[in-house]
Amino acid sequence: MQQFLTFLNTLGGVMTRFFYATGELAIFTGKVIGACVKRPFYFKELIRQLVEIGFYSLPVVALTTLFSGMVIAIQTYEAVSKFSAEGAVSMVVLVAVTRELAPVMAALMVAGRIGAAMAAEIGTMQVTEQIDALTTLNTNPFKYLIAPRVLAGVLMMPVLVLIGDVLGVCGGYMVGVYKMDFNATTYLVNTWNYLRPMDIISGMTKAAVFGFIIALMGCYNGFKSKGGAQGVGQATTNAVVSASILILIFNYLLTEAFFNM
Amino acid sequence: MKSVQIELKNVHKAFGKKVVLDGVDLTVHKGESVVIIGGSGTGKSVTLKCILGLLKPDKGSVKFNGNQIGMLFQGAALFDSLSVWENVAFAVLQQSGMTREKAKKIAIQNLAEVGLKPEVADVYPADLSGGMKKRVGLARAIATKPDTLFFDEPTTGLDPIMSDVINDLIVNSVKKLGATALTITHDMQSAKKIADRIAMLYEGKIIWMGTVKELEKTKNPYVRQFVAGSSKGPIQMQVKADE
Repeated sequence: MQQFLTFLNTLGGVMTRFFYATGELAIFTGKVIGACVKRPFYFKELIRQLVEIGFYSLPVVALTTLFSGMVIAIQTYEAVSKFSAEGAVSMVVLVAVTRELAPVMAALMVAGRIGAAMAAEIGTMQVTEQIDALTTLNTNPFKYLIAPRVLAGVLMMPVLVLIGDVLGVCGGYMVGVYKMDFNATTYLVNTWNYLRPMDIISGMTKAAVFGFIIALMGCYNGFKSKGGAQGVGQATTNAVVSASILILIFNYLLTEAFFNM
Repeated sequence: MKSVQIELKNVHKAFGKKVVLDGVDLTVHKGESVVIIGGSGTGKSVTLKCILGLLKPDKGSVKFNGNQIGMLFQGAALFDSLSVWENVAFAVLQQSGMTREKAKKIAIQNLAEVGLKPEVADVYPADLSGGMKKRVGLARAIATKPDTLFFDEPTTGLDPIMSDVINDLIVNSVKKLGATALTITHDMQSAKKIADRIAMLYEGKIIWMGTVKELEKTKNPYVRQFVAGSSKGPIQMQVKADE
């Protein structure tokens, strides 16, 4: 009986902490959305973040999607050649890259690069009282620090994914044409014929949602960090882990919404 | 009688089970410089954060009748990503829409007021010493010509000479602006130099308040022990975690 009560007590504690954290995140998200749509807007900060998220993440996203497209081409060829359906390679590469690989791989890479950087920067500002200093200088930290990062995440992730789509398909093309001896023109014509606007739209919608998640989790964990270097380190880890998990959960939900409803 | 600039009535604040403020009453009149003294962990910073609106009291009222505030933080809290002049001109740039050239000129004037040369303007905070950071923090605090200034442990971590320099700068800045000032510190030299009145915070309450002269003559055993810096007296320091 005592063990059961201890178990219930522990479970109650865990559930309380979970609901408290969920509520806190919901309030934080509400404040962020409010800050994104109300004046004043800090355009200079927004441009700085657009460059940081978009331009500086480009190499890592480009490499990730290019090699993912190449791998998918090899694996698909291995599988479909048993049924003499090699012609399906270009279609599978296109669908896999535009619907899933480009958005998810790009988002996970950006979560590691940008989500961590946001949490570390804002976390350091929090523990060194720089965020309090902003408030005393009549500047709302949500508008000055967080809104530009979240807006930049939402705006730049679809651009990155669009570039990733092109590079992923190019990766498949390179493997198909130069390694598997597909006819280059046929490969491109097949790809073009299979291309459906919904594949691109779903990928870019996912990218915008993932961009919001990455920036939100980076800023939230940074904002809530306490203590010193250890607290900032913990916030950085939490930002990347929570963003990665949410990206995979929302990827499933959005896939269901786009293709299974 | 001067009008009231800051008034705290029965302010309570707890973090979980730990009660930090247990009914703080404090009045600061316009143009007055008040220093709150007290040991580490007695709630000085929490009191300041409640006044600034950075923390919400659990109970009680905080009235602030000022318009513009300036704040010098304990670690200066300069923005790492901005140069010194951008830090000093931050509020001016955000609020007035002034051109960067004009804002930089004004920032350099503010830096001169705290004894810093124009060459410092383009340096980043990471390249400054502790004393210089405090001076830049002070320049930022006075840049908007506030009517109320707050100082959080302004001399902590500085050598005695630099501490005296900062104290002089604080006194001069407050006088020049005609501002109301509220300082929290445990540095008695600093408190005596800056204060018109001194309040002592102990166990979440203001237990004594008076002028610097009254401080020297007081028979309050808590204040006497704190001013003397003695380990013997009614204030017992927690030396074990479970005490």
